[in-house]
Amino acid sequence: MRLYRKYFMIHLKSIMEYKASFLFTCLGQFLVSFNVFLGVYFMFQRFSNVEGFTYNEVLLCFGITLMEFSLAEAFARGFDMFGTMIRKGEFDRIMVRPRNEIFQVLGSHIEFTRIGRILQAIVMFVWGFSVSDVHWTPSKILTVILMLAGGTMVFSGLFLIYASICFFTVEGLEFMNIFTDGAREYGKYPVCIYGRQVLFLCTFVVPYALIQYYPLLYILGRGKTHYALLPVAACFFILPCLLFWKIGVTHYTSCGS
Amino acid sequence: MIQVEHIRKTYKVSRRNAGFTSALKSLFHKEYELIHALDDVSFTISEGEMVGYIGPNGAGKSSTIKILSGILTPEEGTCRINGLIPWKNRIQHVKNIGVVFGQRTQLWWDVPVLDSFELLKEIYRIDPFIYRRNLEQLSHMLNLSELLKTPVRQLSLGQRMRCEIAASLLHDPKILFLDEPTIGLDAVSKLAVRDFILQLNREKNTTVILTTHDMQDIEALTNRVILIGKGKVLLDGTIDDIRKDFDSTEEALADFYRSHQI
Amino acid sequence: MRKYLAFFRLRFSMDLQYRAAAFAGVITQFAWGTMEILMFRAFYQADASAFPMSFQATASYVWMQQAFLALFMAWMMENDIFDAILNGNIAYELCRPINIYRMWFARSLANRFAKALLRCLPILLTAMLLPAPYGLMMPVNPEAFLLFFLTLLLGTGVTVSFCMLIYMTTFFTISPMGIRMIAISGVEFLSGAVIPLPFFPDKIRHVLELLPFASMQNVPLRIYSGDLTGACMWQAVFLQVFWLAALTLAGEFLNMLAMKRITVQGG
Repeated sequence: MRLYRKYFMIHLKSIMEYKASFLFTCLGQFLVSFNVFLGVYFMFQRFSNVEGFTYNEVLLCFGITLMEFSLAEAFARGFDMFGTMIRKGEFDRIMVRPRNEIFQVLGSHIEFTRIGRILQAIVMFVWGFSVSDVHWTPSKILTVILMLAGGTMVFSGLFLIYASICFFTVEGLEFMNIFTDGAREYGKYPVCIYGRQVLFLCTFVVPYALIQYYPLLYILGRGKTHYALLPVAACFFILPCLLFWKIGVTHYTSCGS
Repeated sequence: MIQVEHIRKTYKVSRRNAGFTSALKSLFHKEYELIHALDDVSFTISEGEMVGYIGPNGAGKSSTIKILSGILTPEEGTCRINGLIPWKNRIQHVKNIGVVFGQRTQLWWDVPVLDSFELLKEIYRIDPFIYRRNLEQLSHMLNLSELLKTPVRQLSLGQRMRCEIAASLLHDPKILFLDEPTIGLDAVSKLAVRDFILQLNREKNTTVILTTHDMQDIEALTNRVILIGKGKVLLDGTIDDIRKDFDSTEEALADFYRSHQI
Repeated sequence: MRKYLAFFRLRFSMDLQYRAAAFAGVITQFAWGTMEILMFRAFYQADASAFPMSFQATASYVWMQQAFLALFMAWMMENDIFDAILNGNIAYELCRPINIYRMWFARSLANRFAKALLRCLPILLTAMLLPAPYGLMMPVNPEAFLLFFLTLLLGTGVTVSFCMLIYMTTFFTISPMGIRMIAISGVEFLSGAVIPLPFFPDKIRHVLELLPFASMQNVPLRIYSGDLTGACMWQAVFLQVFWLAALTLAGEFLNMLAMKRITVQGG
């Protein structure tokens, strides 16, 4: 933890060397992510509901998904730069230091301009809450907290997979965007609207539905009680991701860069 | 201290000719070639020794350094450093080594050097007392006191290299790997770096392994030279073994490379 | 012209070399398109009467958009150009007997065409094989197809000339990243990349259709899907030509200012 604070401070100091640029980029980040919301807004100007979900319900769903994603992004998106780190040989430097590699990779890239996006996520989250017609009870609030925790785990796991692939190839990583940015983008609607097959994939392959659709049903009073606990199950998704990372490191040490 | 026996390492490299048609062809079929980066390499280095590890580009120098520092696992052979196998006990092993990659930097670009040092202090969990002592010693020996508060991007290459070397030594490593530490430096900086390495070796008895293309580095620093070419150790001796009756070591080395067709 | 063709060939064979990247790009765009269509299906099922285009036309719009993504996505800017301006490597370019604006313009066009050419075929083929309402339909008639092709080129031109404006502003600002992001997000939304323009309320849509952003992907995609015909179509084509000319002129002008500034201030 102390080490992470050190990393944090050193990034903060670097950023402060370029204050104006930093502010502009934050603003940019803040505005960029409003596009998705505007898309939803204009669709609901035309349609009153989708698969039985009203505008307010979709907003709540969007707010929660975006928050999950942003939390994961806040400390795991450092993996985005991992391909570059390997190419530049920076990972060698990490390997000759006696600390956990994942931790060092994350520490070496903390992107403060994401504050813009986090702010936007907070705005949407709060807004989604305030317009929702949900009758809030302690168990429902607990469910939201579980969703945020589970969602952070799932998205962090996906970022970890992204980085692990870099050990094998730096080409073709584009397709991972489907699972990260794509999931944020399409997670604005409850995943059931995309049809049964997609719902199946999102339940058993990458557990988006467990951190979004099912617990949401519970919150809206339409789902079974055990749906509230599904985000906990989603947390286990991180385990195969960690295993994959380990395999990647082993591969790196046997092939070099 | 360092024992390397019969190490072997092979890479698979894809190749393609230039041009449009071969680009299209490679879309469907890629050709590979096996490169023997290290082919039965053995040597021992004892504590406090300074060794020059030289050879032409692509001879296998950096593969060796990577294996010794635990980043790379060889296919065959054994290696023991202070009783540890680097790639098996990596975390334990790297606490005892320092590595300087001449062409890369481990310092943070936009913040003062001291901040990078403080981070390293956390990473290596250096005891505050030892940290302060080492920092004082190093900044005295390398003449850093003026530089520590400057952001790295404002340092000259020579100044940066001095800080770079200090950064690799804060945790008192027993072995120091220097990968082309004088590359691109001006004459004054080169001399400063060489003097420091000599002094370090004398005072702390640090084992130093140095790869370089600069024969003057070798002449100034080491008695022992390991010359590697095409993945094999071609010579393990002193600088005079290469030099024979040539005027300059540079020419002698070029002649040596030519006669071995490397 | 020959040197611009050389750019294209270089870029194309470079892209060919990264076959995994191209393959991944195709997969990504296919997945993206599928999700998009499934989303529209859900809304279509919710209230078919509120749907502004036919569902088939929407599906074709989405597939064509994915297939030719590289031609009109504003965010596909070249980092090389930004870097060259910021770190001063532009000095090299200034030494060459060539107009920077036109060279970058040609280079961007080449990049986009090379990327699109490599990626469009697999997407188009697969999309055509999909069953009726979800797949890509054949063009309504040969004329529409021809016009689609023409407007596709014009749309790419408008997109590139807009990106050129962004590159040019980099000469004058402290934070190209911020401006770039704001510009990109604006374009995305206003050009119909987030939701097609017909899905906007009519009043807003009428305004949007006059802006340069509508001249990017909106026109060719809707001509192909048969949603844009008759007088409206010709008006749109005219606007495309107009905006291409206007944006290019503005870009050349900024270029002139930038060059003056560089030679006066020494970079």
